[in-house]
Amino acid sequence: MREAAQIRLLPGGRRLHLHDGPIDLIVEAFGLTQEINAAYQAAAARFATVLDELCSELALLRQPAGKIPVGVIAKRMVAAVAPYAQQTFITPMAAVAGAVAEEILGAMTFAASLSRAYVNNGGDIALHLAPGEKFVVGMIERPDRPSLFGTATLASSQPARGIATSGWRGRSFSLGIADAVTVLADRAAVADAAATIIANAVDLPGHPAVVRVRARDLAPDSDLGALLVTQGVGKLSANEIDAALDAGVAVANSLFSNGLIRSAALHLHGNTRVLRHDHWVSNVPSEAEMLALAAKKSGKGMASAVPLRAPEPVASAAEGMFARRRTQINCGT
Amino acid sequence: MPEDDAIRCDACPVLCYIKPGRTGACDRYGNNNGQLVRIDPHVVLDRAKSRGDSVVPFLDRDREWDGSIVAGPETFVTAIGAGTTYPDYKPAPFIISSEVQGVDMVTVVTEGIFSYCGVKVKIDTDRHLGPETNTVRAQGEPVGHVTTSEYGSQMLSLGGVRHLTGGSRREGTVTCETLLNLCDRKPVELTIDEGATVIVQAGKPPVVDGTQEERMRVGCGSATIGMFAKQWFGKVDEVVVVDDHITGVLSEHQAGKLLGVPETGIKMKGHRSTPGRYFRVAEPGTAWGGTNIENPLSILQTFNPKIAWPKLRLLMVSTTGEHHAYFELDESLRPVEKELPAVLSESVARIKENCEPALSTVLFMGGAGGSLRAGVTENPVRLTHSVRDALTRVTCGGAPVYVWPGGGITFMVDVTRMPEHAFGYVPTPALVAPIEFTLKVKDYAALGGYMDHVRPLDSIVERGGRRHVSARPENPWPLAPGKSSKSDRKSDPRSNQ
Repeated sequence: MREAAQIRLLPGGRRLHLHDGPIDLIVEAFGLTQEINAAYQAAAARFATVLDELCSELALLRQPAGKIPVGVIAKRMVAAVAPYAQQTFITPMAAVAGAVAEEILGAMTFAASLSRAYVNNGGDIALHLAPGEKFVVGMIERPDRPSLFGTATLASSQPARGIATSGWRGRSFSLGIADAVTVLADRAAVADAAATIIANAVDLPGHPAVVRVRARDLAPDSDLGALLVTQGVGKLSANEIDAALDAGVAVANSLFSNGLIRSAALHLHGNTRVLRHDHWVSNVPSEAEMLALAAKKSGKGMASAVPLRAPEPVASAAEGMFARRRTQINCGT
Repeated sequence: MPEDDAIRCDACPVLCYIKPGRTGACDRYGNNNGQLVRIDPHVVLDRAKSRGDSVVPFLDRDREWDGSIVAGPETFVTAIGAGTTYPDYKPAPFIISSEVQGVDMVTVVTEGIFSYCGVKVKIDTDRHLGPETNTVRAQGEPVGHVTTSEYGSQMLSLGGVRHLTGGSRREGTVTCETLLNLCDRKPVELTIDEGATVIVQAGKPPVVDGTQEERMRVGCGSATIGMFAKQWFGKVDEVVVVDDHITGVLSEHQAGKLLGVPETGIKMKGHRSTPGRYFRVAEPGTAWGGTNIENPLSILQTFNPKIAWPKLRLLMVSTTGEHHAYFELDESLRPVEKELPAVLSESVARIKENCEPALSTVLFMGGAGGSLRAGVTENPVRLTHSVRDALTRVTCGGAPVYVWPGGGITFMVDVTRMPEHAFGYVPTPALVAPIEFTLKVKDYAALGGYMDHVRPLDSIVERGGRRHVSARPENPWPLAPGKSSKSDRKSDPRSNQ
């Protein structure tokens, strides 16, 4: 039977906890008291129907390709995975956490004037920063053993407003072996999808120390179906760890150059790689542009989706796709 | 899509199929050997001296919990989220020791799966909700029946094994949902065959056929005459207490006769039952005294001119005091409305004062079966004996319970005294309710307890995944029930402990 959504302040009275089924949000707003109250009221009001909206189109959202959905959050999910959909197996569900976080944050910043705010959906975070403000974000490697391995400072002058982490130890299944891949992107839904793609790419295909199980054997209704998801990673040599991280970094770099991510940190067996770039790419696609991409593809019909194992196809294909997109825009202007 | 060993979780619209030993997308519900179980963080009841409640209400800044955790015997571990003893021979999920006033206490906490359980609902209303034994329905499914009414209240008995597992699948599911919602203090709409539709919510006024009950009447019209006759004597010549059930008339009533109130020549409409007591003076309604009358004079016929006299003083009042009017007879013996004299307004106010707020109240009632008792001791019947002998105290989510005399451990608990979200369910369908047994360590050993599973309180509190809630001030502290958990409060008369 349907449990009601839980909306309450956490002990301490500053943070708002929104919980409904699998959605669990920690929300905090900063600013004048009446503005915070208005933001929390708006967050609660918007939250009330989020799960029902998503579930009304759940079957569609669990499929790799299909019609453009109706819901605003569902559309954001489809847009977020659209850049990858032709090259690899990914469903809009890969962006659900970030898309929901973005929606709630949007409701809050629409209703109130806040200096800062965050909506944390199980590690997928949407941020608001007024000019001059900043957030310090802590990062953990293993969700089952929370300890900070580092912090990232996000200032309002930087473009990233979304953070997401993916890895096989997390709540969602992963096709790769990364303990955690943390991504900064302009929007939370985009970060969420990108973290999934990069974490999947950190991999050693066919390695005997990696335990893989069909997703549907663990969760019969998983959107990943018969794909093998990582359930255990045994001992790996230093070379193997390097190779797996190299594969992930290659994909991360291609996403960076396509404007899909701003930064990424990849972790495997205590080794960390951080993408460092001294410039921002300016060709960042908007949600509308990404959704248009999805609409175009679903119109054409998709080639059969195959799980991606090697990084190269993603890199080249993703670049190719955005090259096409840019070309179209150039033609139009 | 679903495989034979997976179960479908319907806790939220995602409707996950969950394989044995795994959880759904939420990580909160899991499949435990084919049973859907909730894996909420375990609730630890803190005997915090703070104000505050089991959860911090959204944007209610006056009642925020200060977040403090009080150590030692100031903490009581409830069974909420503890898990169950299924299969039966396993020791209960948590057997906790803590020292209380120099005596080592053991609390065995478990979540019981109750197939034999239900709720008793008391609805404070004089309105006729439906004939006794008639079926009570939720969403069209039979979930219980109307049982013997009590003074000023209608009683419903809902749930029970016959509706939970004896009927259709849908009947069981709807019954389980109804019970869970009532226990969770949510509003539930119930329809009674050949009767009313009533919205029931624990601790809230009932809504009968769309009308919210405000106050219980002080008594029927006749009883009100009896209670207040002395206060009216000498201040007024005639009093009519208007009531849809029995309208009372002072001068004719036994109470008036005993005081020597003279006849007034008043003539009532309706059907006279015994002297001074009238049935059916009007149709049922929401106006005066649960009738449909707006003008009280409409239930009077003309006064008998041989007995009545000019200036005769007449008070008409409803059983709740909400309606009242004062008249004096003119020269032609017709009542003329006048301002209520101060000497009478006091009695009207007193009627009002004696009308308590009308509420729906919900008591959960369940029986701890052999399997649950086996989780506490290797010799289950000894637990029953121990409870009988008052060596073992039973609580439900830390709230006091009434244990029925006789065999077994069948208990009742007021759901409003329990922490929020204390109940769960399994798809059997059956309710999952917390139950704690508290006793002295030596008594626990004597009844064949699982001594090697006893863990110190600190080890439970220190581990993560615990939900700390403040103790309810109106409940006796489960480990030391002699004292209320708030020392400056008198012991609660509702406590059965």
